Amino acid sequence: MAPAKTASTSGRRSAAKSATKNVSKEFTGKNTPDFDKEDELHAYREMLLIRRFEEKAGQLYGMGFIGGFCHLYIGQEAVVVGMQMAQKEGDQVITAYRDHGHMLAAGMSARGVMAELTGRQGGLSKGKGGSMHMFSKEKHFYGGHGIVGAQVSLGTGLAFANSYRGNDSVSVAYFGDGAANQGQVYESFNMAALWKLPIIYIVENNRYAMGTSTARATAQANYSMRGVGFGIPGVQVDGMDVRAVKAAAEEALEHCRSGKGPIILEMLTYRYRGHSMSDPAKYRSKEEVQKIRSEQDPIEQVRQRILDGGWATEDDLKAIDKDIRDVVSDSADFAQNDPEPDASELYTDILL
Amino acid sequence: MPIDILMPALSPTMEEGTLSKWLKNEGDTVKSGDVIAEIETDKATMEVEAVDEGVIGKLLVAAGTENVKVNTKIAVLLEEGESADSISADAPKADADTPAATSDAAGGKAREASEETPAAAKVPAQPKLEVAADPDIPEGTEMVMTTVREALRDAMAEEMRRDGDVFVMGEEVAEYQGAYKITQGLLQEFGDRRVIDTPITEHGFAGVGVGAAMAGLKPIVEFMTFNFAMQAIDQIINSAAKTLYMSGGQMGAPIVFRGPNGAAARVGAQHSQDYASWYSQIPGLKVVMPYTAADAKGLLKAAIRDPNPVVFLENEILYGQSFEVPKMDDFVLPIGKARIHRKGKDATVVSFGIGMTYATKAVAELEKEGIDVELIDLRTLRPMDLPTVIESVKKTGRLVTVEEGYPQNSVGAEIATRVMQQAFDYLDAPVLTIAGKDVPMPYAANLEKLALPTVDEVIQAVKTVCYK
Repeated sequence: MAPAKTASTSGRRSAAKSATKNVSKEFTGKNTPDFDKEDELHAYREMLLIRRFEEKAGQLYGMGFIGGFCHLYIGQEAVVVGMQMAQKEGDQVITAYRDHGHMLAAGMSARGVMAELTGRQGGLSKGKGGSMHMFSKEKHFYGGHGIVGAQVSLGTGLAFANSYRGNDSVSVAYFGDGAANQGQVYESFNMAALWKLPIIYIVENNRYAMGTSTARATAQANYSMRGVGFGIPGVQVDGMDVRAVKAAAEEALEHCRSGKGPIILEMLTYRYRGHSMSDPAKYRSKEEVQKIRSEQDPIEQVRQRILDGGWATEDDLKAIDKDIRDVVSDSADFAQNDPEPDASELYTDILL
Repeated sequence: MPIDILMPALSPTMEEGTLSKWLKNEGDTVKSGDVIAEIETDKATMEVEAVDEGVIGKLLVAAGTENVKVNTKIAVLLEEGESADSISADAPKADADTPAATSDAAGGKAREASEETPAAAKVPAQPKLEVAADPDIPEGTEMVMTTVREALRDAMAEEMRRDGDVFVMGEEVAEYQGAYKITQGLLQEFGDRRVIDTPITEHGFAGVGVGAAMAGLKPIVEFMTFNFAMQAIDQIINSAAKTLYMSGGQMGAPIVFRGPNGAAARVGAQHSQDYASWYSQIPGLKVVMPYTAADAKGLLKAAIRDPNPVVFLENEILYGQSFEVPKMDDFVLPIGKARIHRKGKDATVVSFGIGMTYATKAVAELEKEGIDVELIDLRTLRPMDLPTVIESVKKTGRLVTVEEGYPQNSVGAEIATRVMQQAFDYLDAPVLTIAGKDVPMPYAANLEKLALPTVDEVIQAVKTVCYK
């Protein structure tokens, strides 16, 4: 057995049992403690950056600057921002292809991400990765993966490395409700539970796997229960409320750091845009999208609380909006003007 | 300054579409995200969302207009304090073939750039790979008869002693001591932190291994056989082999995937496939397939130290065979270098792995008949040491390749192509490729024998290319 720190097999077993019991009692994931002013403004800024960035990416796509696939994160911003607010230096993040928001939240530069989208040399992968493939060792961001579900096993490997090294970092592996039906997800669950790996499995349930609704694709649509067979606790979290996400993240991180093994957070969220740019989204009604936008928008919720709490005026928020727009415009300008990678890059970075 | 709203491209291939409907009128206020129009293409109807905030100043293309080219200016958005009067009346025609030449003219530039690239840019030359020669074995070095099995185990043990980041994982590698006893004794020496039994879950543990490698550890992932690695091939190729390139060189996967490959004996179609040509096609992988125990040891040690993902193809039948291995503190061989197994002048035979068992016997028989064969053991399939093969062919003018895998797109077919291209004038006969037969491996003893190459086939092929 690999990374166990407990002394004996029997000791390990009883620890696992009580952990599960304790978790069901203590771990609610339902706390939504109020944010203080600093947190609200931070969340507002971070989420707005992702939204404006993605809108600009959509625009550049429409203009032909961005090619291939481009999957926008608009609507789901609270998930990654809330998680990031609870993480600490060294915690690793890995996700699939709807990844721009994760990278911005991890602190990777807007210029670097946008220039990668346009396939330029200043992109985070020198223009060789594209929208779905960016990485940052420095920010502990491990991609950016285009094969649905593969990142779940890889993220489990990151957690394995933490355990092997005996550090207290936690791996945060994001996947969608679609990926949740891939076999390797459960192979990973099994090993993570068996070896008590420090990993948070985050199901970003945005209700549609490309064009297939969860109701049409899954026999158990409560994804937080997908770990039951392995003894992995899980909860559903209001993924449109950044406070709920952060609170659940704090509990889950503590669970992992204390050696109790993996945990599942199902984030109930919603993607406003199509699966990718060429998706006309005929599988859902406009009213459904509109209702969520007007009633549950993660950014609007924070904005309203900030104004209600008197923590900032409309003008203050406008100033933040302008700052963000400037950052995004700058990234777009850079991404349009930066040269394409040199032809000599064709044969580099294949082997070390 | 007024903001131009351009006809968007909604898919990578869209060039024009029908502006079927406006959902906002001139004078309407829009926020980013508001749907302002609907566009139809031959594939779908899509909504156009506003990106910026403002008031619609002017609609430049009427609803119902067909064949509106991507990047045509279709409307103008006014920001706070601007008036519609400031809009110049240069409404473009729907079939205008140049995009609007205002602040967003760069849109056109992007398309131009990508269109002119293929013609303008020359494909750079593929860089030449420098591979070191085998290390000198000092005179008087004791040679110890060792099985391939022991050599592989010794290689892992030595590297695990040398580097605490190296660990081995796989099915039955620890308590059971390895399904084929390759990991014998490792659990006892290194403990269960570094010698890890996995559940039967190839796809999953291959991914876990690659993830651990991305985090900087150096996993050795054992597959009980490479036949089972087909379940894991996505992680080997898409995750391990491609990450370094996709990350622009930031992050790779220093990992070894190893285990028996190809046919054993009487184990049927699903347990008998040779994956040499499959893996050797993939850029970003190194692929090693040793024959002798010394090569197995020296190359596995090199594979474990290599910062790239290495597929290390062993063979169950070879595990028990003994070869001389030099008794040295640190015997490491270069990946990417072929070994001339026997010098000769009449014909060149190239083989690797278990294929060498047919080749060596054939060469010995041919010697008796006065045909002096140069036998090259490739050892590494990727990067392939073609220069050594070409040099030999220049000398002999004749070439036969030997392998157990399927004949179509085989390693031999690749060698034949490249020798034809690079040494055509030196060839005195067509290259012959000996491979397994083009059938799933049969179970019946007689049929299995027929499906594999034979020593006699190799002998006949060499005689054929020598016109004897």
